[in-house]
Amino acid sequence: MNSTNHDPGAAFGNDPIFRMRGVTREYRVGDNVIHALRGIDLDLHSGELVVFLGASGSGKSTLLNILGGLDSATSGSVRYHDLELCGAGDAALTDFRRRHVGFVFQFYNLIPSLTARENVAIVTEIATNPMPPEQALAMVDLGARADHFPAQLSGGEQQRVAIARAIAKQPAVLLCDEPTGALDSLTGIKVLKALEHVNEKLGTTTAIITHNEAIAAMGDRVVRLSDGRISDVSDNAKRANPETLSW
Amino acid sequence: MRALNRKLLRDLWNLRAQAIAIALVIAGGVATWVISLSTIESLQTSQRMFYQNYRFADVFASLERAPRSTMAPIEQIPGVRAAEGRIRTSATLTVSGFDEPVEALVTSVPESGRGELNRLYLNAGRLPQPGSDVQVVISEAFAEAHDLATGDTVAGIIRGRATRLVITGIGLSPEFVYQIRPGSLFPDHTRYAAIWMHRQSLEQAAGMEGAFNDVVLQLERGANGAAVIERLDSILERYGGTGAFGRDDHTSHSYLSEEMEQLEAMAWIVPLIFLGVAAFLLNIVVHRMVRMQRDQIAILKAFGYRNGAIGLHFTGLVLLIVLLGALPGIALGGWLGHGLASIYREFFRFPELYFHVGPAVIASAAGVTTAAALAGTWRALWQAFRLMPAEAMRPEQPGRFHRSLAERLPLVRRMDQPSRMIVRNLERQPVKAVLAITGIALAAAILVTGRFQQDTIDFMLDVQFGFAAREDLTVTFTEPTGRRALHELQSLSGVIRSEPYRAVAVELVHGHRSHKSAIQAFAADAMLHRTLDADLDPISLPASGLLLTDWLANRLNVKPGQRLEVRVLEGNRRTTEIQVAGIVREFVGASGYMRLDTLNRVLFEADSISGAFLMTETDQRRILFEQLKTRPRVATSSLRENAIASFTRTMGENIRIFSLINTLLAGVVAFGVIYNTARLALSERARELASLRVLGFRKGEIAWVLLGELVLLTLVAIPLGLWIGHGFCNLIGHAMASEFYRVPAIVHGDSYAFATLVVVVAMLISMLAIGRRIARLDLVEVLKTRE
Repeated sequence: MNSTNHDPGAAFGNDPIFRMRGVTREYRVGDNVIHALRGIDLDLHSGELVVFLGASGSGKSTLLNILGGLDSATSGSVRYHDLELCGAGDAALTDFRRRHVGFVFQFYNLIPSLTARENVAIVTEIATNPMPPEQALAMVDLGARADHFPAQLSGGEQQRVAIARAIAKQPAVLLCDEPTGALDSLTGIKVLKALEHVNEKLGTTTAIITHNEAIAAMGDRVVRLSDGRISDVSDNAKRANPETLSW
Repeated sequence: MRALNRKLLRDLWNLRAQAIAIALVIAGGVATWVISLSTIESLQTSQRMFYQNYRFADVFASLERAPRSTMAPIEQIPGVRAAEGRIRTSATLTVSGFDEPVEALVTSVPESGRGELNRLYLNAGRLPQPGSDVQVVISEAFAEAHDLATGDTVAGIIRGRATRLVITGIGLSPEFVYQIRPGSLFPDHTRYAAIWMHRQSLEQAAGMEGAFNDVVLQLERGANGAAVIERLDSILERYGGTGAFGRDDHTSHSYLSEEMEQLEAMAWIVPLIFLGVAAFLLNIVVHRMVRMQRDQIAILKAFGYRNGAIGLHFTGLVLLIVLLGALPGIALGGWLGHGLASIYREFFRFPELYFHVGPAVIASAAGVTTAAALAGTWRALWQAFRLMPAEAMRPEQPGRFHRSLAERLPLVRRMDQPSRMIVRNLERQPVKAVLAITGIALAAAILVTGRFQQDTIDFMLDVQFGFAAREDLTVTFTEPTGRRALHELQSLSGVIRSEPYRAVAVELVHGHRSHKSAIQAFAADAMLHRTLDADLDPISLPASGLLLTDWLANRLNVKPGQRLEVRVLEGNRRTTEIQVAGIVREFVGASGYMRLDTLNRVLFEADSISGAFLMTETDQRRILFEQLKTRPRVATSSLRENAIASFTRTMGENIRIFSLINTLLAGVVAFGVIYNTARLALSERARELASLRVLGFRKGEIAWVLLGELVLLTLVAIPLGLWIGHGFCNLIGHAMASEFYRVPAIVHGDSYAFATLVVVVAMLISMLAIGRRIARLDLVEVLKTRE
């Protein structure tokens, strides 16, 4: 399927912030070569909330990692504005992540030895234009738990700390890998609300990857992946409020 | 405080058990290093200061007798800054309450007081004055051995004349820093004394009015010592000079230098092994510790932290741990080092001990440990940095396991699954297993090394007194005497058997190489005192020619069949040639051996003997001593048992203390290593173990997966460690070899057993600690979050 020019419409200007062309990613595991991505063409536009749907092994995490500069494509081109990420060196990718990208991971990946506030501070300390950690925590409704250690927080709370940490530096892009994957649906919805809130309030381009069909409704666009390729792209006429979702 | 620094401190707190174990390894290595290096440094400084401040002479000569006017031409020798002619003679002392005779070397103190050279340092009292009663200053070591104080008296026989000696002072001299009877293996302060008398008193006592029989010189800076010695010899020749010599052949100085050299060898090698082992272990442990944080490294990278900042962070963490070990290590080393240096004052008599832990010692210890720790850290960081953050954040790929080779064995094929996991895990990560085994083995090895000295000394005592010197009593004559004296000794009551010996001071020359030594000669049928080879078999002396100790043969570059020039340094001072009949390997001493009749023939000296070895009736000894004391030609007689006792009391004590310290530190290192090995294995495999628990395995069963591996590694490591330990001992033995001893690498079964025991105990304690952690393993938590 040709997946070029999935224009999200007039709402988000015509100048994409991410432009991916012919992106492939291969892993060598022992004697086998795994084709995680087999040629991806996709644009992401400023301010949109895109949901990537796919089964496990479909290549969605790899795609997200490449967008975020956590991983490099084997071939093809990934441009962030004018910056070519494909083939960029470690220092350039580090700089890119430091300035522009916020991550939310399925397993939160908080630093266990730091409190919620400090987990946010560890990012704001190296950011150029951060918001105070307290404000970031307040945005995810965790202002009261700022001095708790990860072990003292529930899974949903930990994930919201991770979101606060990701948004505190006011990144241009927020990349979320299965943010509700480790949570029950009630808690998951809280987390999704926090993400939507950030997307609306700060206009951060947000990509959420999930295998959960129900979440697709909250995106501006839904990109489906299977077997390392984009199988379908659809626009939602109206984004659903996370509170109306259920699974 | 920045969040990253806060993380550092909290990480350190969370890792505290491991950090302490690592710190112990560092502390052990650093302490040994500081102890040894600061001890040797302090002894060297103390020696230098004593020599300098009390003007230790450069050239020494003894002669029969020369008028004092002879000093004038000696002072004129070019290159001589100061010269002193003095009187020196031997004496036999009797101390009340002590049956045996005491040999003393009496030296005159100039009229002017302390003299220019070899000045006396007075601990107590004052210098001797001339007068009706004969006043003496006695050496500190002798005073301590007999609990003598100023005002006490001892009875002396000087040149056959009984004299009452009043002690007016207790002192030290740079000539007697190491107060040992020439030819002895170790000092015996109870039976050998240095005493000083006013010149006038000694002139009278020794019948040396207006004369001297000993010269000491201090040279100008840069003077040609050999030329001065040659000139001095030519002046003294007609006065019966026995050949001048420099500091290298001075009894105290040469022993002191040899001891210092040995100490220095020990000072480097043992702590180098310790520190090397500690550094190696540190490297492994830190590497694994940092590797376990690889997901955190990945997160920091994902946030945009640069490699440099992350590297700095972990470097800081590791440096804190190094500091945690190095600081107490340096403090402990300084404290123990000071203690050890004080103990050495037992042998090395300095007025003052200049002890300090120098910056170079601290810097080298800190440098080595820091470098090792950082190498481990950076190796791990480099591995983490090479991964893309996305990959580093994933749990490590399940390892590629396969059926292990061991499983082809029928016994192993029937193993249960947990045991199979142990075998496969070891086979899959051979490098890790090898490193763990090496670590534990090295810990065992330094335990063996720690006890090596004790074992070797025990062995050498056994050899010396059990096989070689089996006589009860050694009698030495004041000068070589005819064989008739032997019959006289034989006839004394209580003597069962007597064997003659002859010892001649010689200079052995081969080509351009020469060495001052002694030729010892024994009767062909000697049974009491024998020369042994390295296999402890008695050597039968050849009918003609000379046997040489291998050390000496190497030094002179001479082979059996070749001829040596032998310059006799006493009596008729003949020079002759003797063929080397063979070479023997010996642990103790470095001399030539001949048959008594052969030596007598070669020296044209009829039937001269220097003394005799006696076997005696135990209950008759007291009477025997009384009889010996009255014989003017008997210079000394020493009892074998007392020599052993005195040795074990002084030297043995020190070595025991040193061994104990080494052993304790080695134990600390061993424990640190084993605990860390186990602790890291637990962290690395907590998930796997928790998964097994979830599947219904009991705590004991999963503990087996981890602890079984530890037991297996330890069991493989122990024999390897004992073997490496023996190798280390060989290395130390080689470094310590000197003219006085060649140290065999002797390790008793006890020491192997001890090393094994310490390692096993460390293993059990570690298992207990790890077992408790396994019992507390939070299954849900472990499975929910990543490692």
